[in-house]
Amino acid sequence: MEWLLALAIGVLVAGGVWLCLREHVFPVLLGLTLVSYAVNLFLLASGRLTLGSAPLVDVAQAEYPDPLPQALVLTAIVIGFAMTAFLVALALQVVRQEGVEHVDGAAGEQADAASPERDGADGAGR
Amino acid sequence: MDTALLALALVPFVGALLPAAAKRLFGLAPAVAAGATAVLALGLVLWLAPAALDGGTTVHRWEWVPSLGLELALRWDGLSFLFALLITSIGTLVCVYASGYLEPHEATPRFYGLLLLFMGAMLGIVLSENLLVLVICWELTSIASFLLIGFRGHDADSRQGARLALLVTGSGGLALLAGVLLIGDAVGSYDVSAVLAAAGTLQQHPLYGWMLGLVLFGAFTKSAQFPFHFWLPHAMAAPTPVSAYLHSATMVKAGIFLLMRLYPALGGTAEWFWVVSTAGAATLLFASGVALYKHDLKGLLAYSTVSHLGLIVLLMGLGTPLSEVAAVFHLINHAVFKASLFMAAGIVDHGAGTRDMRRLSGLFRFMPYTATLALVAACAMAGVPLLNGFLSKEMFLTETLQLRELGWAGLVFPAAATLASIFTVAYSTRFVHDVFFGGPSRDLPHEPHEAARWLRFPVELLVILCLLVGLFPGATVEPILRAAAGAVLQAPLPEFTLKIWHGFNLPLAMSLLALAGGVTLYFYRRYRGGLHDYVPAWVQGKRLTEAAVAFVQDGARAFWPGFDGERLGRYLFVLVFFSLLVGLLGYAGAPLVGPRPVQPASAVDVVATVLLVLAVAATVVLHRERLAALALVGVIGLIVALAFARFSAPDLALTQILVEIVTLLLLLLALRWLPNRTPRVALRGRQARDAAIAIAAGAGCGALALAMLTRPVDTIAGYFTATAPGEGGGYNVVNVILVDFRGFDTLGEITVLGIAAIGIAALLHRLELGRPALDPLGRAWASRRNSLQFEVVARPLLPVGLLVSAYLFLRGHNAPGGGFIAGLVTGVAVFVQYLARGATWVDERLPLNYAHVMGWGLAIAVVSGLGSLAFRHPFLTSSTPTFELPLLGELKFASATFFDLGVYLAVVGTVLVILAELAGLRRQERG
Repeated sequence: MEWLLALAIGVLVAGGVWLCLREHVFPVLLGLTLVSYAVNLFLLASGRLTLGSAPLVDVAQAEYPDPLPQALVLTAIVIGFAMTAFLVALALQVVRQEGVEHVDGAAGEQADAASPERDGADGAGR
Repeated sequence: MDTALLALALVPFVGALLPAAAKRLFGLAPAVAAGATAVLALGLVLWLAPAALDGGTTVHRWEWVPSLGLELALRWDGLSFLFALLITSIGTLVCVYASGYLEPHEATPRFYGLLLLFMGAMLGIVLSENLLVLVICWELTSIASFLLIGFRGHDADSRQGARLALLVTGSGGLALLAGVLLIGDAVGSYDVSAVLAAAGTLQQHPLYGWMLGLVLFGAFTKSAQFPFHFWLPHAMAAPTPVSAYLHSATMVKAGIFLLMRLYPALGGTAEWFWVVSTAGAATLLFASGVALYKHDLKGLLAYSTVSHLGLIVLLMGLGTPLSEVAAVFHLINHAVFKASLFMAAGIVDHGAGTRDMRRLSGLFRFMPYTATLALVAACAMAGVPLLNGFLSKEMFLTETLQLRELGWAGLVFPAAATLASIFTVAYSTRFVHDVFFGGPSRDLPHEPHEAARWLRFPVELLVILCLLVGLFPGATVEPILRAAAGAVLQAPLPEFTLKIWHGFNLPLAMSLLALAGGVTLYFYRRYRGGLHDYVPAWVQGKRLTEAAVAFVQDGARAFWPGFDGERLGRYLFVLVFFSLLVGLLGYAGAPLVGPRPVQPASAVDVVATVLLVLAVAATVVLHRERLAALALVGVIGLIVALAFARFSAPDLALTQILVEIVTLLLLLLALRWLPNRTPRVALRGRQARDAAIAIAAGAGCGALALAMLTRPVDTIAGYFTATAPGEGGGYNVVNVILVDFRGFDTLGEITVLGIAAIGIAALLHRLELGRPALDPLGRAWASRRNSLQFEVVARPLLPVGLLVSAYLFLRGHNAPGGGFIAGLVTGVAVFVQYLARGATWVDERLPLNYAHVMGWGLAIAVVSGLGSLAFRHPFLTSSTPTFELPLLGELKFASATFFDLGVYLAVVGTVLVILAELAGLRRQERG
């Protein structure tokens, strides 16, 4: 089980970082969402894994899960939502002011376009 | 006594606000309010004087943060008293002088406020028993000095001088902090008393050299010792009252105060002797020589100040029997005559319109009174008998002759002292002769006039002091000198008497040689040597410093693009790369898998993980197809929710599912304003590089997670599970932690939510986005209403959703649920109505201001927390009263439920503010 969770966290981080490096607001949003999943899972894992139980003490159980990381992650999830929403608002501002959705604004878009390595223009999008 | 001491430390800081308040409320001149504060402080010093004059040391402590061992400790001994007396008395005189000196538009509350701020900081230095507090006050004086030098901010010289002073004294302050930290670490305490008692420990310490070097660097920069002297002449751009107060009488003596304060702990070693006395001698000789060639009155006085500071530092370094006593004595005398000379220079500037000695001449005719005062003060500076400067200079010359064990090297000091004395006499003569004598002046801006009453009064007082001390040293200055010198030495004082006449001896001969040589030198240079045509062109510290600063800035500018280059992508890459590097370094050698047994995984677990991996891979590949990518991220979120459920976290699973829904809605709304596809960034090299770093980051995080999961943990979970039912009144430990044990954190978190929502509202307010008329495939956007089925199905969702959230909310304390989860359910239920019927329809039927809902939620949370204060429990303590209700029976009700209600409302408000703002975009587009 531990191996599977570690694998899941690793894959989420890898995908998230790669998407963040795409330098456009929408992939960055997706990437940050993936990374925050990974972070939440990691925080939960810091209390180690307890399977088939719940932090409800009115039920007699052999082993209770650690409730503290759970409380931390619960608020982290909700705040993560607020953060994503804030990023969306920022992204919309960028698009409005710069007219492009490159994270560096119009300058970044131009720098990409000017690069000799660019492999084929992409018709869709703008 | 202790109250008076505390009052003395605080009065100037409080008084710093007074000039502004007094002007606004009573129309009082700022000078009056500031002067009253200074007089009050001076009164306190005099009232406290007896305790210091009898040679005693008193330390008063007030507890501040006892749990951290922090306390406010003030020290009152002879040295503190002497400096406090100088600071408050000269401060009072400067307030008087400034009221006559400043132009009406300059005499602002800001000026006097800064002056008092400086007074408070300087008093803090001399009164502090704690070395760290001393350093903080030290920095505060640098800041006050910076602001006062730059007071005439429209003038480029003022700005440059201020910057230079801050740079030099500020870096000295940093060095001093480092030195003090070393000392505190070695001694085990930052108390001055403890440090003074630990001389043996400190001087045997392997890091003694560092401690001494850092402390001396701080002291030398502050007291303008060569080669750090160059900031002081540029500080003369400040208004003259500031120069008289900060840059000659008090602030520049802070470094000397530090030498005196720490002398018993650090002094007396060979290192101390060589470094301190060499720096002092070099400064004395160099600065007194330069002073002669300055044409600006204040420039001459600035270099003269530097040279006298050097003299005192030299005395502190010599370590002969009476050298420390002589240092204290000369410090007092210098403060008195130099302050009066600065004020006289200000009067000349005021009366004649220039400070250039090449233009000034023969002013005695116009201002005989000022001329006489300046003559006496300059004689004191030159060391003419019957004045105070003569006495301390005799002592100084005597001490330089005491270094017989050094052999021929010991002769360097008396030789340097005599030469410097010759220069001193020469520039003192120049000050008087160039300005007040030497024939009628030729090109003055306007007819000179005598000074006003308030300008002259402080000078008169100081000059009378020069005379009194010079004539009756035993009756005037000796008690103060004995108390202060005793506090410096922390030992019984050696025998000495203050006498005008010591008989014919070598020091007297040196003095007479200096007088004769100085006058000769001046008149020779004046009439034969082209003194007035001489323009100094030596290497300038200011220019070197500015070049160094420019070099650092250019270097940083050249270095910067390599890291950042104003590209966020590059920045992120570097960040991840170095995190990995640091992680690897920390990881080295440890086994990946720890001893904790691994739990078996079921087939479902494997399938879910495979699904997750596939979904992430698909998102990465398909991320440019935005709708598809969004759906895939939804799938991943659901698998994460399942994982939470599997790992015994039902609350998290519920929250995750709900947040997933809201986030998807949010991103879908955002997609309306963004293109459907992401343009390709795709530089081939870049992609490979990005993939490599992403995979490395994933591998690192995965390895870290595995290493953590397979190691045993020492947790405080047992405490929470054991006490939750009893103290928190609930069985759901997660919820009890949120609303009770860690209620304060939760309060902070819902506040963050609120701030985010307000920020989003501000960002999106009146945001108008242009949208193409056609979709990317060239079709027109649909303008049809939503489907009838959706409308019909959505309607009952609201009451059902509200019911479900009430249920989740009420059971939350004992079973999965609670304010966060219930709030999300309500938010989604309301928002579905927006989707089904449009914003106008909903707003007509639900006229709620969601920001107000959010605010009420926060208010309820705070008030319910405060409720516990009424029962004399800490903030946010919950209680669980049990009610006996008719028919319903026993009802247990935790007061934390009110707090949870606040959380609920805050979450509902936040979610709806955010979603409605994005929905509002749609409304604007239509309307």
